[in-house]
Amino acid sequence: MDVTVTLTVNGVARTVTTDPQRPLLDVLREDLHLTGAKYGCGEGRCGACTVLMDGKPARSCVVPMSLADKKSITTIEGLAKGDSLHPVQAAFLEEGAMQCGYCTPGMILSAVALLQDKPNPTDEEIVTGMNGNICRCNGYVKIKNAVRRAADKMRR
Amino acid sequence: MTKNITGNRPESKSAESFVTPSHESTISRRAFIQAVGGGLVITVTETLSWGQRRGGRGGGGGGGQGGGMPIVARLHLNEDGTVAVMSGKVEEGQGARTELSQAAAEELRVPFDRIRIVMADTDFVPDDGGTSGSRTTPGNVPPMRQAAATARELLTRYAAKQWQMDANTLDVRDGAITNKKTNQKLTYGDLAKSKEVAEAFKQPIESNIALTAVSDWKVMGSSVTRSNWRDLVTGAHQFPSDIGRPNMLYGRVLRPPSYKATLESIDLAEAKAMKDVVVVHEGEFVGVAAPSLFRAIQALEAAAKTARWKTGSDPSVSHKTIHAYLKEHARMGGARGSSDEKGFAGAAKTLTATYTLAYIQHTPMEPRAGVAEWQDGKLTVWAGVDNPPAAQRDLAQMFGLPNERVRVIVPDMGGGFGGKHQAPAAREAARLAKAAGRPVCVHWTRAEEFTWAYFRPAAVIECKGGLDAKGSLVGWDFVNINAGGAAIDAPYKIPNKRTQSVGSDSPLAQGAYRCLAATGNNFARESFIDELAAAAGADPLEFRLAHLDNDRIRAVLETVAEHFKWSERKKKITPELGVGLACGTEKNSVVAACVEVGIDRQKGEIKVHEVCEAFEPGPILNPANLTSQVQGCIVMGLGGALTEEIQFENGKILNAGFADYRVPRFRDVPKIDVHLVNKTDIPSAGGGETPIIALAPAIGNAVFAATGVRLRAMPMRGDALRQA
Repeated sequence: MDVTVTLTVNGVARTVTTDPQRPLLDVLREDLHLTGAKYGCGEGRCGACTVLMDGKPARSCVVPMSLADKKSITTIEGLAKGDSLHPVQAAFLEEGAMQCGYCTPGMILSAVALLQDKPNPTDEEIVTGMNGNICRCNGYVKIKNAVRRAADKMRR
Repeated sequence: MTKNITGNRPESKSAESFVTPSHESTISRRAFIQAVGGGLVITVTETLSWGQRRGGRGGGGGGGQGGGMPIVARLHLNEDGTVAVMSGKVEEGQGARTELSQAAAEELRVPFDRIRIVMADTDFVPDDGGTSGSRTTPGNVPPMRQAAATARELLTRYAAKQWQMDANTLDVRDGAITNKKTNQKLTYGDLAKSKEVAEAFKQPIESNIALTAVSDWKVMGSSVTRSNWRDLVTGAHQFPSDIGRPNMLYGRVLRPPSYKATLESIDLAEAKAMKDVVVVHEGEFVGVAAPSLFRAIQALEAAAKTARWKTGSDPSVSHKTIHAYLKEHARMGGARGSSDEKGFAGAAKTLTATYTLAYIQHTPMEPRAGVAEWQDGKLTVWAGVDNPPAAQRDLAQMFGLPNERVRVIVPDMGGGFGGKHQAPAAREAARLAKAAGRPVCVHWTRAEEFTWAYFRPAAVIECKGGLDAKGSLVGWDFVNINAGGAAIDAPYKIPNKRTQSVGSDSPLAQGAYRCLAATGNNFARESFIDELAAAAGADPLEFRLAHLDNDRIRAVLETVAEHFKWSERKKKITPELGVGLACGTEKNSVVAACVEVGIDRQKGEIKVHEVCEAFEPGPILNPANLTSQVQGCIVMGLGGALTEEIQFENGKILNAGFADYRVPRFRDVPKIDVHLVNKTDIPSAGGGETPIIALAPAIGNAVFAATGVRLRAMPMRGDALRQA
């Protein structure tokens, strides 16, 4: 039986009537046409689908819609303020921290969440905070540099 | 059901430098030209015919396989001063988009950001073959340069004629031709309006035209960034799996429970009764399409639970028995070189060893995806595939269509690593879309990717080496069973040398992978060379330098040994800390690596602390991009070296997910020190593969140095140290 879920996505109120078991990722991509969050594994193990849910990182592929009710969701599409990129987005560009770019939205949102918690993370804290996100181009070195650069920027 | 396909995604900010010829399948050639900024008017038939013909692969473009391709098939001037260029290559993270744009900008003498490259759309670009084998750099950059240089010369001659000047006295830079004596100037934007120029651009590309010397490169050789990069951080870029079409359905396909199982019966009534669900059953193919993926999954589950299967896989073969199986089924023969018992008869010491490789999966972050749309009997697919023309031919054959009734578009996709040579998701989407009468998206699950794609081959590699009394190599016999012959030749001076690559019967589907057989052949050879060095009582570096038969390898080996401080660090080896090195060559580039590993034998742990790698691919086209490729190869190589292995039994994959199949993560990344060596007196080679080949043997050699235990199986499990 479908349920009606109200949530805020990138600052916009949304109402979705759907199966409560349907993953948030599917609703973002299919119903709201926000394809920035990616399917990578469907098990919450690769981080490609990461969004922020009430400010905390969430694997949207394993969040059923029933748990998204009344939540505030930020996807990669909602991170920049108009034309002005979020410092983490800018740092990824400046470090050239992408190859194919498919993991990039999830990496960026995980990094945003990490830096909210730990504005000046140690290398170990970066590794711990980002370890749930897989990059198969294996661009981890530059991604770590980008997180460090973003941290430095955001503290200034 | 009509979708606003742009949704509320951020608008692409790099449209001015990144052109996709609009994802409207009804677009006309003329409309496309306008879409890229106006300029030349070309007839539809002329350019479309070039869209179907084989282009620059193998260095053609003018003569050669290009067979006199006109400039206009590669390049258009636009009135706004930008230049549209066409390539059949696919961007999958390796940097082809950037380096092909650099090639055109360099020879045209325009700034990089004025190039608008159109890639991988069979309606609009020449057939440049597949994107694989590190061939874009040696095979497709030169034809792009030839096209741009031919255009530049022709434009210069045109200007000279206008001004009645000698073309050699004119200055060409920044997209304009200037007569320095009179300050007359013609920009490429001006020239885009000329009918005479348009006519001249029908001339063939000159394959013998002089290209800019490496020492004069301004755009090539620089670290410019990919033109659509910004869209990757904003979420604006649409990967193949992100493509949305009006009224699109989501498809799912029934998979057998094990390899070679055949469908005996299935009851589709429940699935068919579901609202808005389309069910297709044609022979072994059972697929569903629904307005949401969730509904499609429900429908497929309803059908799947009624399916009865007949198993067909060989229960005797599993990941535990695969190497004996491959050996038993090996098709011996076809040796290269000569080595007989005489070669080993003179040997004071003879060593033999058998190395093995497991099947591994590419696991690109974007599983294979295809969106298919039928319109007026023409099929358009957006697919994650690295060989668009082959996918086009395949789909045309499947549906009995002429090739030109199938259009394959590959939006920059989410990784491939050799794993996306075919487009099965697009085939499935096309089949479902035809039945549904609506566009269909099929996006494979990770488990499907792990099970129904193909694997890097497992292998058995048998080595035999002989040393004379002085510790010099005198005999060499090397047989690779099942993985292939890439980089199989030992680049060492050995009087009697024989190498052999033989096929076998693979129980699992196998195919290309980043550097394919070169990884296994280098693992076995460089590990075995280490064994021989140890048997000769020689330092692994000195032993290699004494025998190397390739000056480029010697140079990178010396470079890396110096940066790593090999001689000092090998003195500090303990049972818990080892250093090792390895080198090799493949696809006209050379690599060497030194690594440090930490070992905990009780826990059975091998931890790579540091990798220092030197890589030389000839003249470097884009240092920042190449650094990413080398770093990526090193970390990807860690997976194959230490943790990645497909486990299977009774025709089933046992570890078809990221929980059980361990790919490298942030925590696995060692300190990485990359040294790019720019060698300018030879042609450029591709750099996306070869840097992977030195890693595994260097790790194995470091483990041996610390423990005295030789690990001869990829992946090298630390467990083996516990047992040893």
